[in-house]
Amino acid sequence: MGLLSDPVRRRALARLVLRLNAPLCVLSYLAGLAWFLALAFPPLTQRTYMSENAMGSTMVEEQFAGGDRARAFARDFAAQRRKSGALPVAWLERTMRSVGLEVYAQRFSRRLPFPDETHERYMVSGTNVYGILRAPRAASTESLVLTVPCGSDSTNSQAVGLLLALAAHFRGQIYWAKDIIFLVTEHDLLGTEAWLEAYHDVNVTGMQSSPLQGRAGAIQAAVALELSSDMVTSLDVAVEGLNGQLPNLDLLNLFQTFCQKGGLLCTLQGKLQPQDWTSLDGPLQGLQMLLLMVLRQASGRPHGSHGLFLRYRVEALTLRGINSFRQYKYDLVAVGKALEGMFRKLNHLLERLHQSFFFYLLPALSRFVSIGLYMPAAGFLLLVLGLKALELWMQLHEAGVGLEEPRGSPGPSVPLPPAQGVGLASLVAPLLISQAMGLALYVLPVLGQHVAAQHFPVAEAEAVVLTLLAIYAAGLALPHNTHRTAAGLHRPHQLLTGLPAGRHYGARCCARQASWVPDPLCCLAGADKPGSHTPWQPVPVAGTAGGATVTGRGLAAFPGSAGPGCAGASHLRCPALPTAVPGPLPLLAAFLECALLEVRSACPGHQAGTETCQGPHFDSFQGNKQVSVSAAI
Amino acid sequence: MAAAMPLALFVLLLLGPSGWCLADPQRDSLREELVITPLPSGDVAATFQFRTRWDSELQREGVSHYRLFPKALGQLISKYSLRELHLSFTQGFWRTRYWGPPFLQAPSGAELWVWFQDTVTDVDKSWKELSNVLSGIFCASLNFIDSTNTVTPTASFKPLGLANDTDHYFLRYAVLPREVVCTENLTPWKKLLPCSSKAGLSVLLKADRLFHTSYHSQAVHIRPVCRNARCTSISWELRQTLSVVFDAFITGQGKKDWSLFRMFSRTLTEPCPLASESRVYVDITNYNQDNETLEVNPPPTTTYQDVILGTRKTYAIYDLLDTAMINNSRNLNIQLKWKRPPENGYIHYQPAQDRLQPHLLEMLIQLPANSVTKVSIQFERALLKWTEYTPDPNHGFYVSPSVLSALVPSMVAANPVDWEESPLFNSLFPVSDGSNYFVRLYTEPLLVNLPTPDFSMPYNVICLTCTVVAVCYGSFYNLLTRTFHIEEPRTGGLAKRLANLIRRIRGVPPL
Repeated sequence: MGLLSDPVRRRALARLVLRLNAPLCVLSYLAGLAWFLALAFPPLTQRTYMSENAMGSTMVEEQFAGGDRARAFARDFAAQRRKSGALPVAWLERTMRSVGLEVYAQRFSRRLPFPDETHERYMVSGTNVYGILRAPRAASTESLVLTVPCGSDSTNSQAVGLLLALAAHFRGQIYWAKDIIFLVTEHDLLGTEAWLEAYHDVNVTGMQSSPLQGRAGAIQAAVALELSSDMVTSLDVAVEGLNGQLPNLDLLNLFQTFCQKGGLLCTLQGKLQPQDWTSLDGPLQGLQMLLLMVLRQASGRPHGSHGLFLRYRVEALTLRGINSFRQYKYDLVAVGKALEGMFRKLNHLLERLHQSFFFYLLPALSRFVSIGLYMPAAGFLLLVLGLKALELWMQLHEAGVGLEEPRGSPGPSVPLPPAQGVGLASLVAPLLISQAMGLALYVLPVLGQHVAAQHFPVAEAEAVVLTLLAIYAAGLALPHNTHRTAAGLHRPHQLLTGLPAGRHYGARCCARQASWVPDPLCCLAGADKPGSHTPWQPVPVAGTAGGATVTGRGLAAFPGSAGPGCAGASHLRCPALPTAVPGPLPLLAAFLECALLEVRSACPGHQAGTETCQGPHFDSFQGNKQVSVSAAI
Repeated sequence: MAAAMPLALFVLLLLGPSGWCLADPQRDSLREELVITPLPSGDVAATFQFRTRWDSELQREGVSHYRLFPKALGQLISKYSLRELHLSFTQGFWRTRYWGPPFLQAPSGAELWVWFQDTVTDVDKSWKELSNVLSGIFCASLNFIDSTNTVTPTASFKPLGLANDTDHYFLRYAVLPREVVCTENLTPWKKLLPCSSKAGLSVLLKADRLFHTSYHSQAVHIRPVCRNARCTSISWELRQTLSVVFDAFITGQGKKDWSLFRMFSRTLTEPCPLASESRVYVDITNYNQDNETLEVNPPPTTTYQDVILGTRKTYAIYDLLDTAMINNSRNLNIQLKWKRPPENGYIHYQPAQDRLQPHLLEMLIQLPANSVTKVSIQFERALLKWTEYTPDPNHGFYVSPSVLSALVPSMVAANPVDWEESPLFNSLFPVSDGSNYFVRLYTEPLLVNLPTPDFSMPYNVICLTCTVVAVCYGSFYNLLTRTFHIEEPRTGGLAKRLANLIRRIRGVPPL
């Protein structure tokens, strides 16, 4: 970094950065966007491949043939469920025992923060039933999980039937090296979370549940199954978990392998796989799926009960049977064979799934974008912030240098706008902003409601409110010129841009203050005539009433709590800026200070008060000081 | 003539041992026994025990002639001054909840615990050598026993045999949870038997069936016992036990019927000619009251009733005359539930030293009735040195199973019986009176995931990390915390320097 240590070259570089900053920012932002959109195109997407050697080399021959059995179980389950109105626990226990599993049940209850939508109740209680297939000659150190969440709306009876038929088939095999847990949970995610918490003996969500009697060691992988029809046209796979967590890519590869082997139609994000990657169509479809995946991850919500497993470092995914109007359909045997193959391969695992990617984006089931390729896009977007910060810092430094070498040109970094341009230029921005706001207000609520209702767990009415809130929050991020001028405060961006070091705006601010609140006491002790200082001239700062000149560094110029009267208080409103030492830390402190002061002065009582500097006012002033000091430290 | 020749040979063979016995007054004896227990879950457990007893002081006398007692183990006892040796190899886990209490449980993997004589000076050295020798004898990885997995329990693992004092300094205990047990461990174990697997009960020990089970545990126990009722001198006892649990669901297609042939794919043909006792016990509890529930074929000649593990049991005895055929399962339900935490007890904790010794936590607790006791241990996951990771670090690291030794009050009072005469499955653990029985249970081993570095490309990762830290962070930090001044070249000479000195004293900026 000799380039930056050499003051001359450094200055040249700084000028370059300062001059080209805005184009650089725009360029970087555009580059980020372009890179992201290019991710779906073949040089950046790669074909998926199986990394885990324990699952790659051996092919298994699936022998599951219990389709009729699965349908019979599903019919019985549905009938029992209708009869009891809840999960038929006794029937499940009996059936699981009859197929040779060790059966346990877990009761749980949870008080919801909001009443649930269908039943309008706060207290939810249910029962999870699970059966463990014990692997012979294994000490129950590792296990796999096949889970079927049974919610109030989705019956999933076919999934339960298939689970039981698979359990019966698996029980007759001798090759298992890991225990297999067949888990049927009630209340979808609630039940799954209750079971997982009890299994790992933690309590993070305040769930009340009975302890688990049966365990089977560390869970290596889990598959959640949702199936509500005897025939399926396709299997949809969901990978997005809680807070956008993803399972290891090898698990998805495994599923894809068996999809291809069994000739199953598999979809991702509910969409068919793009086939033709040579023309433009394939990548465009891929881009759509990739964006959908990013959106789903951003929602933070688990898309299936597998999402909760990921939090416990259990690789998991959800398979959903889709029954649409296609002609060619598959029965439960095909799905069962795919599951059998997956479990047998997972059974071969010697270690946890760790060989393949944990961070990836999927433009299709058979293609992925690795983290090394999508991070540059995020990097370009973040570079804008870095460039902006660099610019601010360099301006500060440039200004400092400029003072040390007086060149006769006062404040070259703050070019005064030409007097004629003021009228038009200042009109353009507000006009543009207000037009854009109007457009946004016209378009965004409907659009936002659509998107939110589709991808986030909110009702439509909530979506409208949330969208409005979002627009308001976005509005807060816009420039605050008008607001701050009205509040009679300095402008923070003026504090930063083109600030000559060694000066500060005490006087100027004081002048403003005086013109706004006509109270001479609130001016600085050293500046009893408000008009006597021009805004751009350095003023000695009077720290205390005694008039001692403090040319201290940064926050040292602040009067202590000993500063009597309003002098101290009003001085504090216009914080001294770093004089001798240009550096990021005092700058930060000043920033914080301004924000705090702004909040404080926006308080109506303070504005309307006569600045008597007593009682709560003084208290808050002290509080401010403490905060700023701690920030400076 | 052709028929007469084998007959003559057979007579000769039979005469051989008995002739020897006449010459030497029967100083060693072999008893063998097989217990077949239908388990509450419907599975069938088979427990073999072979007991070789030798009325000889192995340490004192310069013993060189071995008859029934295996020479390999006998020499071991005298060379390393062993008092007791207990070694077990287990594949699987005894599921007490479904199978009921075991006669003899063992932890998954390999377990070795040894009491040395108090004449041993360097116990750790003997222990190390012994484990290496045993590793060779049993074709197992016992040589991986070192100080990091060896403990000296103070409350549990009392000597099972004759012992004058119990100074725990001479006890060593180690478990290797990852040890996989297979045929190569079974073969040397079988070779220690006097009849090997040629005759007697051991013909059933065929590896292809034994390793087709839900649970397989084989063990060797050596201990000194009293030679006679007055205990004037000691004898050495070698017990070889083997327990297997057959999965009725797989082998019997859901039916609970079993036969020796179906389980072992062999039948018993003849007793071991060297054995003084060779019996098969079949658990037929409730057989007499309720004749409908089960049928044993052929009908047993005698039955044996006793209190085993707290319940009254009836066993059909076959003195190895014929094969046992069919049985149905019976229930024995002993369920203990604990709900309140214990009040007092003895707690011994020996913290681990990294890479030297493991943690040891021993608790002596009086459990109240109808309560559940939960012992939880908090631990931190730490990064190991990079050479200490196993070749499969993402598999996880094993924590040895914990041990629960308990003196459980018996539901039925047992009759005091002659210890020497009672069946082998009932006489390994010393019992003070009939109102209690001793149980030792093991939990399953635990697989813990430690933080694991990405071993796929360590060189790249190290290079990248070092570069980022050294170059970027270092110079940016340097840059941000340093101020730069332009220093004028010194041109003024001495006068200017003096002037500057004066100015510095005055407190004004230098020229």
